[in-house]
Amino acid sequence: MDRRQFLKTSGLALAATTTGTISAPFVARAQSGPIRIGLMAPLSGVVAAGGREIVEGFNMYWQEKGKSVAGRAIEIIEEDDAGNPDTALQKARRLVEQAKVDFLFGNLLANTGLAVANYVKTNGVPYFIPVIAADDLTQRDRVRNVIRVAGYTASQMPRPLADWALKQGYKRIATIAQDYSFGHEQCAGFAQVFTQGGGQIVGQLWNPLNTADFSPYIGQLANMNVDAIFAMELGADATRFLKQYSDFGLKGNIPLLGAQNFTDQSVIRTMGPECEGIISSAHFAEGSDNPDTQKFVKAYSEKYGKLPSLYGFSHYSGAMWVGQVIEKLNGDISNRDAFIDAVLNSQLANSPLGRPVRFDEFGNPVYDVYIRKVQKNADGKYWNVPIETYPNVSQFWTYKPEEYLKSPPFSRDYQGIKK
Amino acid sequence: MASAYSPQRRIPIPALASILIIFGALPLFASSYQISVANEILIFALLAMSIDVLAGYAGRTSLGHGAIFGASTYIVIYWISVAGGSPWIALLLGVLAATMLASVFALLAVRVSGVYFLLLTLALGMIVWGVCLRWTSVTGGENGIRGVGRPEIIADPLVFFYTTLVTVLIFSFIIWRFVQSPFGLTLRGIRDSESRMSSLGYSTASHMFIAFTITGIFAGVAGALYALFNNFVSPSTVQLSQSVEGLLMAIVGGIGTLFGAFVGSAAIILLENFVSDFTPRWPMVLGFMFIGTMIFAPEGILGAASKFFRSGWKKNRIKP
Amino acid sequence: MSGLNLIQILNGLTFAALLFIVASGFTLIFGLLRIVNLAHGALYLFGGYIAYSVTGMTGNFALGVLSSMLCVALMGVVLDLGLLRFVRGFELRQVLLTLGVAFVLNDLALVIWGGDTFSMPVPEMLRGAVRVGGGFYPKYRLFVLVLGLVVFLALWLLLNRTRLGALIRAGVDDAEMVEAMGINIRRVFLATFMLGASLAGLGGAVGGAFLTLYPTADAEILVFSLAVVIIGGRGSLVGAAVGALLVGLLNSIGQVMFPELAYFVIFGPMAAILAFRPLGLFGRAA
Repeated sequence: MDRRQFLKTSGLALAATTTGTISAPFVARAQSGPIRIGLMAPLSGVVAAGGREIVEGFNMYWQEKGKSVAGRAIEIIEEDDAGNPDTALQKARRLVEQAKVDFLFGNLLANTGLAVANYVKTNGVPYFIPVIAADDLTQRDRVRNVIRVAGYTASQMPRPLADWALKQGYKRIATIAQDYSFGHEQCAGFAQVFTQGGGQIVGQLWNPLNTADFSPYIGQLANMNVDAIFAMELGADATRFLKQYSDFGLKGNIPLLGAQNFTDQSVIRTMGPECEGIISSAHFAEGSDNPDTQKFVKAYSEKYGKLPSLYGFSHYSGAMWVGQVIEKLNGDISNRDAFIDAVLNSQLANSPLGRPVRFDEFGNPVYDVYIRKVQKNADGKYWNVPIETYPNVSQFWTYKPEEYLKSPPFSRDYQGIKK
Repeated sequence: MASAYSPQRRIPIPALASILIIFGALPLFASSYQISVANEILIFALLAMSIDVLAGYAGRTSLGHGAIFGASTYIVIYWISVAGGSPWIALLLGVLAATMLASVFALLAVRVSGVYFLLLTLALGMIVWGVCLRWTSVTGGENGIRGVGRPEIIADPLVFFYTTLVTVLIFSFIIWRFVQSPFGLTLRGIRDSESRMSSLGYSTASHMFIAFTITGIFAGVAGALYALFNNFVSPSTVQLSQSVEGLLMAIVGGIGTLFGAFVGSAAIILLENFVSDFTPRWPMVLGFMFIGTMIFAPEGILGAASKFFRSGWKKNRIKP
Repeated sequence: MSGLNLIQILNGLTFAALLFIVASGFTLIFGLLRIVNLAHGALYLFGGYIAYSVTGMTGNFALGVLSSMLCVALMGVVLDLGLLRFVRGFELRQVLLTLGVAFVLNDLALVIWGGDTFSMPVPEMLRGAVRVGGGFYPKYRLFVLVLGLVVFLALWLLLNRTRLGALIRAGVDDAEMVEAMGINIRRVFLATFMLGASLAGLGGAVGGAFLTLYPTADAEILVFSLAVVIIGGRGSLVGAAVGALLVGLLNSIGQVMFPELAYFVIFGPMAAILAFRPLGLFGRAA
């Protein structure tokens, strides 16, 4: 710190202490400047398409609000995390220490989110993660200032699908998933509920991220003699798997169930009939006939020329959730603790889901989860249409949180399977 | 050869002193973010120097040093946060692991030179990346491993910055000493004419093996510092682009200039920071930088002053 | 867990056929021009995207494939005459320059086509599956297998039965000697570069239909091609074929039998071969 800066800061400190009695106007003045938000998204690299949708969904909400909340302007500083945790960490430092943002938002890949969460753990900056789904961030490794607004845990969504599969009379199911935590956790959520309900997981395959050729896996799946297959893939892997599943003639022979990203718009947008009829489960379905959902889908499609994906929806809703809290606080988020408390105790209202959303006591949202089916809409585009709803699904399903948290975290070796 | 030997023997006090002064004075006026950038520059300068020792003094261009660097990062984080061991022992183990990995690379790579050396080290680096990505139970797979923080006495960012500065300076001196040693001179002899040196009775393979292994120590130290700096590791720390950026830093700074690595590292990291203010097209900028450097300034920013470059880099035409 | 069967072997063979198409271009350029073209993967990806766009616009698969080969061959010309000419004779500078080109092209593709995953549309007659042994096998993959064989035969005939082929082979062995015989080796070089690049374009167009096109597809195919060429040896057509078969089968078998070691199964043997035969199985010292 050089001398001039030292004088300036000590002068301010002096002013602040001596004017203690009239500090209220001082605070009000500080609170009338813009609210600065650091938004991180992968704008280059393998998940750049999803990253762009993060930015689109996020900006769409603030633009609707006229870029101001409670009389304070909203200033968004975008940074590219390149889908790389090292870069994400560097950008988070830059946003917090250089750009002095009030809070951080975004990231897409779990590893970038985990790296940033590890960083904000030490400095208390609020960090909102609508699509970072790593289970333990709202379970065993909670960080108070890392909040899943409009987000979800990985194992939360596939559980209702497992229940649904049991009701269809499926007894034997094989799973295939990407070999990393997000895959392990989603797969485990499915496998745990399915086996506890009397089903049998016949085999589990784990493919590396970016598997160029799925044919070796599909060859194995075809020989397992199963009633259905549960697949967890996202991005290019999902496209490739769906394509090759159909090429090898398995589609139509063995029913295919998917985790929510598997049939997300980001995947099926460029696809043909290979994706039709696939069943998945999620809290958001762009093909839902709920008027609030359709209002959002229509607005998004008109603005960006494509149906919204989970990434766009989640960041729109996440921005909305935080925006509503700021409004309630009359724009005063200077007290971080109070701000975080206010977020955790708030409910998301008027969201595209068409029903209010609240947090459970561990800071993870509780949703009504749809069982969805990919169908063609009136414009000839494929989208996900709800065929059944499971109300109030929390990350703990029907388990008691205290009991649940005693079990080890999910991994490739521990899938919660009941023998 | 003696004439080339003597003027270089003086300790490079001006270079080391200017690095010490420039970086040492930084905290007087820089913000905490700028200091963290400077910290990164120092760490990557050490990585770039380790690459430069091979490229500039042994005539072998490696694309595997990013993996060696990252292996050390993995071991340090693993030892501290998964095994729950002492951070000081973790640092030692990290450097040790990097050195061992480098010796394995060296065993396989000493017999080839030029483009083949480049391809082989690239492929070996890919194996390390593949192992880190796939061996989920140990490495945490794609998600990597989160650290538990630095040891108390270097926890403060400023203290850690000075620790990095001192460590990097000490190793800069050691590297300088290494390339000026009789061993380093033999390396340069091999670089300039492998056949002459082997007919003089030198075992070129064993020299290359030792040189490669020793550069592993330097890359390992840089990787260990990076572990403490980021407190996090994932496969992106060992991926190819890490080696590529390290090599580009060495080249921009000037192959065979050693301390040019600081210039190269600073140029690239600062440019990346600057560019990201305007556009997310950093990969394209990096690509154009590579192309431009190769066409217009293959000798790097400081390289023009270096005669090693002319005698080494250009002679480095490949006889596979 | 089901073990190996005919289907898995076919999977390995069809993947090998694609790898051969891509890697043969790579090894030709490497062999004759001594250029390790690290932008080869980016040319593959660009070729795939171009074929995807043209096929989408015209509805004609063959037209898409041809325009991809042509465009990528032209890109090869620009790369060779526009950039590589400045660094002729310096092998390492050439390699690193092509690495820079790879970065630029990859990012450029992201700007032009966005990051969504595309798959090249396949003509009606190649869709669906045929009965093979006890199961079904996609017609398209069998088409790729046949195409790989056709490309191998065509290249073999070109290299062994034509004047250009004779010049290329002579150039691989001793470029200076060819030049001394009064032949403009630069033209031969350029023709080879175009041929090699167009094979990358062909690979992208054909591979884009079953491996799909996405932002890092270039790096992945490049790594496989490198392995193929390192195993097979620089400039050897037979080497590329053997290397592609080895890598294709190892990839398929490795994923079934040793899923945890998938990467090691490919690169382990490669490192071992290099340790004993630094120039690859069919490589010759120049």
